[in-house]
Amino acid sequence: MKLTYNIQGGDFTHAGHPSSEVKKVLKQLGIEGKTIKNIVIALYEAEVNVVAHAWKGVVDVEIDENKITVLVNDEGPGIPDIDLAMQAGYSTASDKVREMGFGAGMGLPNIKKNTDELLIETEIGKGTKVKMVNYFS
Amino acid sequence: MKLREIAAILDATISCGAERLDNEVEMGYSSDLMSDVLTLDTDNLVLITGLVNLQAIRTAEMADIRAVVFVRNKKATEQMLELAQENGMCILESPYSLFKSSGLLFQAGLKPIY
Repeated sequence: MKLTYNIQGGDFTHAGHPSSEVKKVLKQLGIEGKTIKNIVIALYEAEVNVVAHAWKGVVDVEIDENKITVLVNDEGPGIPDIDLAMQAGYSTASDKVREMGFGAGMGLPNIKKNTDELLIETEIGKGTKVKMVNYFS
Repeated sequence: MKLREIAAILDATISCGAERLDNEVEMGYSSDLMSDVLTLDTDNLVLITGLVNLQAIRTAEMADIRAVVFVRNKKATEQMLELAQENGMCILESPYSLFKSSGLLFQAGLKPIY
């Protein structure tokens, strides 16, 4: 099963819509609650990252029998130092993002915590590609 | 603790999910930072927050949190209540501060996560 969603940079109103839809689908498929929570939290964090930092992005979800692969590709400024961005507490988020309850530098570390596989590719001035894989137990 | 008791202790208005007031929650977590809420592994909890926006509801949805208390006399918007209703949440609004709300619930036996 394949699902695709678009994300607009700065659009906090719709941030979380793809995660919400994916959650419904996984529930219908009878995936275990804890696994669903891990997947949707990782996706939601990734969505918030796109809304907070990038210009626009696309979420591609592929659900197989034993795993889910989520790709979040954005057109944006890229991440200058991924190691630094992976550190809890490091953030370049704007005041607006912080007012929304985010931007505490917890996003990427939390995505790592909630996924079985995480791959981040980034190009300065072009964008960032995040690949997240979770296996169904 | 039943949500009904939480509402009474916090002198709260029930703006969504009145039919779920007999549901039990064991623990509470107070935060205006949704990033921290998303790091919790627990889900049978009530979120107490002064952050009143759509992302507070979205965060609760993703984290499987079924009850949210908005403190400092803040009111949820129609859009927030719709999303909460869709996700089977109970939304309470209390005139008390985050500190007072948390203190009263802790005193009444609601457990902290850490």
